[in-house]
Amino acid sequence: MQKLRIRYAKRGRLRFTSHRDVARTFERALRRAGVPMAYSQGFNPHPKVSWIGASPTGVASEAEYVEIQVVEPVDPRALRTALDAALPPGLDVLETVEAGPGALADRIEASRWRIELPGVTPDELRTAVAALLAAESVQVERLTKDGRREIDVRPAVVSAEVVADSTAAGGTDTAAPTAVSGAGQDAGSAADHGAPPEVGHVQPDDSAGLPRSCGILVTVVRQTTPAVRPDDVLSALRVVADLVPPVPAKATRMAQGRLDDDGRLVDPFARERAAASAPAVGEQEPGEDVVGGPVA
Amino acid sequence: MGQVRVESVFPQLEPLLPRVSKPVQYVGGELNATVKDWDSTAVRWALMYPDAYEVGLPNQGVMILYEVLNEQPDVLAERTYAVWPDLEKLMREHGVPQFTVDAHRPVGAFDLLGVSFATELGYTNLLTALDLAGIPLHSADRTDEHPVVVAGGHAAFNPEPIADFVDAAVLGDGEEAVLELTDIVRTWKAQGCPGGRDELLTRMAETGGVYVPRFYDVEYLPDGRIQRVVPNRDRVPYRVFKRTTMDLDAWPYPKQPLVPLAESVHERMSVEIFRGCTRGCRFCQAGMITRPVRERSIEGIGAMVHKGLEATGFEEVGLLSLSSADHSEIADITKGLADRYEGTNTSLSLPSTRVDAFNVDLANELSRNGRRSGLTFAPEGGSERIRRVINKMVSEDDLIRTVSTAYANGWRQVKLYFMCGLPTETDEDVLQIARMAQEVIRAGRKASGRKDIRCTISIGGFVPKPHTPFQWAAQCDPDTVDSRLRKLREAVNSDRSLGRNIGMRYHDGKPSLIEGLLSRGDRRVGRVIERVWRSGGRFDGWSEHFSYQRWVDSAAAELEPLGVSLAWFTTRERDETEVLPWDHLDSGLDKEWLWADWQDALDEQEQDDCRWTPCFDCGVCPAMGTDIEVGPSGRTLLPISPVGKGSPVRNPALTRH
Repeated sequence: MQKLRIRYAKRGRLRFTSHRDVARTFERALRRAGVPMAYSQGFNPHPKVSWIGASPTGVASEAEYVEIQVVEPVDPRALRTALDAALPPGLDVLETVEAGPGALADRIEASRWRIELPGVTPDELRTAVAALLAAESVQVERLTKDGRREIDVRPAVVSAEVVADSTAAGGTDTAAPTAVSGAGQDAGSAADHGAPPEVGHVQPDDSAGLPRSCGILVTVVRQTTPAVRPDDVLSALRVVADLVPPVPAKATRMAQGRLDDDGRLVDPFARERAAASAPAVGEQEPGEDVVGGPVA
Repeated sequence: MGQVRVESVFPQLEPLLPRVSKPVQYVGGELNATVKDWDSTAVRWALMYPDAYEVGLPNQGVMILYEVLNEQPDVLAERTYAVWPDLEKLMREHGVPQFTVDAHRPVGAFDLLGVSFATELGYTNLLTALDLAGIPLHSADRTDEHPVVVAGGHAAFNPEPIADFVDAAVLGDGEEAVLELTDIVRTWKAQGCPGGRDELLTRMAETGGVYVPRFYDVEYLPDGRIQRVVPNRDRVPYRVFKRTTMDLDAWPYPKQPLVPLAESVHERMSVEIFRGCTRGCRFCQAGMITRPVRERSIEGIGAMVHKGLEATGFEEVGLLSLSSADHSEIADITKGLADRYEGTNTSLSLPSTRVDAFNVDLANELSRNGRRSGLTFAPEGGSERIRRVINKMVSEDDLIRTVSTAYANGWRQVKLYFMCGLPTETDEDVLQIARMAQEVIRAGRKASGRKDIRCTISIGGFVPKPHTPFQWAAQCDPDTVDSRLRKLREAVNSDRSLGRNIGMRYHDGKPSLIEGLLSRGDRRVGRVIERVWRSGGRFDGWSEHFSYQRWVDSAAAELEPLGVSLAWFTTRERDETEVLPWDHLDSGLDKEWLWADWQDALDEQEQDDCRWTPCFDCGVCPAMGTDIEVGPSGRTLLPISPVGKGSPVRNPALTRH
């Protein structure tokens, strides 16, 4: 039975979907696209779809991962096109590969988040981030289904940088490719190994436009239990520096992967991409230089 | 209706969304939704289902009208739903108006606001939406700048309680009526809006199928009853008739069912396999006001399922109607569909409640390709006597035989629906429900050879509805209903060995009494609705939001000065000569026939179904110029081009290397 791995984005107003919403929408899109899905056996058969650490409700993402099983061999490139067409705009398939050996979950250890804080100046944000990084431990409170729970944010934060805002007036949900690579350099973490650059995507409905001053935080956060989410990082900034954004922040997951020795993220599909002679990268992406990119 | 520039309110709404529960319900983006350019359309409809998005989105009526209207090149239709109180509060704080989910346009900018009322408990939500939209609550206070507010759906058969708040009401099937209203608005606008809003509403009323409450005066007798309802101007008919769409195959909607991102109450696509029902259950307003029976053909159903699955990706198809097993070709339909979708993990469901063994065969066929859950039957009454009163012709032997077959076929759970508070009901009639459930468990254990089978009894409070033989009946008071339900629970638990396999679900009788007030109320009840809304009433269909006390207090304050009361509207029996608030609204049913059927009910006399026995003169067909449209056609479903593996769609592009 063939397994395929999919990287997709959750953009614009679709960031308000919960993981359950995404999962339902995905399963229906697989059916509409005519993907020959494998089903579990038993009284209540389910299509074989494995999710890996979905981003929280309200948070956008350029790097979500899912694995599916099919009963007939499927061309990954054709899957990318067909599935992307069947999904609503805003849930966009970025890349599909035939699964190589090993579990996908083992290739994901941390996320890089980009958090826009409209109404917060870069200087205010820089001060707060410095205070966060200087602390050894930052306890924040989170409301969960089972009541309040304390978590320590600091150990999960691998890096945190305030980046120059080159999109301020544009007000896009996700940064344009140039902005991202610029951000990466500013953050000193360099472009992530082998990862295709994130692609800007604007929906007509989302042209809110950011206020003039907008601090942007790029942070790499290790996936711990309980998970430290962008909201928790913001809570930590409030705890250490009394930073309270006047309007809700907008967070986007830009990449996921394992951390290499330098604290950089290794693309989870790097191995498959190296193995495949003709990778299924979308036409919308300037994929060629990425394919040849360095491999950890 | 102004010509000002209309822009999306999403930029103002978006920062509020992270602060509310389930924000996804407000963002739109449904698969198969339509967004059109505002300026290139001539007539613009906002369609509202006045309940939460998760309930309103799957509503077939709204989905059908949305698609019918958007197929017109110069017409735009968008949808709006009730917002929860958390967002309502933020919208008021930030000045965000009621918006559509399609393009987030302000509802106040549309030409028409069509509101579909499946239940009267949505009335307070209508007021919230009007107020948030900046539309005056009272029809009399609106100007040419405001949308025409049109009510539809089953509750529109007595729109008198909301007569002050709506400009018009359409009775019956909507798909042709919305096009007719659209034509009237299009012409009136093209002519430069002659005569203003008043002339527009008059043109609508003139058709004979649109009720404009402000054009009718209600006169009362000293004792509070209605003396008469008369038109107060020329060009307005004395009676308003319901619409009937006859050829369902000519209206295969929805063709592109909406698929929400958010979870909704019906996670499936639906195909309406026939409209109308002549079983004649006397409590059932839907069965009375949707006559005659009109079947969709087997080929028409097959094509809708095929296209709908391709367009949606749903795993379940509901074959909808008021009594789906009654379609003249239901066996061929279900077998044909089960054959077509073998191996695609697509299941079919019939929300049908006929109690006979044939139904179990159907259920087995339906669950062949998918999930097998519980089976549901609706005996409605616990005793043979009360079932004769309500004309639900099911014998206990039938029921036991049916459930035995179900349990023997591997079904583990049977649900039985009943009502409490029916006319002439005694404690004994209700206690029979417990005995019946116990018999079901005994028979089920015997048939299946297992101890772990279950039976759930679900009991709803009976509410007398307009245009039914029970429209004259006294509604049972909540204390009596609650006391019977308590005794029933004791009876269920009296035999522990059987009782532990019986589940019981019910609500207390209080919401039913308020539904009764809104169902059979007249224009004076509008004041109660407004007072409840002004004191915070919202989402009355939700037990966590419903406040009985608020309704009781508001009814006392508004009705008693007028010499009537909550009890007067609900628990009072009406006599034959009383003018009922909806008598000028014609569902086709002959009032004399309804009265005779009410007398038959009191005499415990049953009435047959005119599909299989001669016409019994309910009056609908001659009054409306209609006739029953049923098969069988003798045709069957042909297999379709190969379906996919694990999907109802085959996509050769995926596997071609």
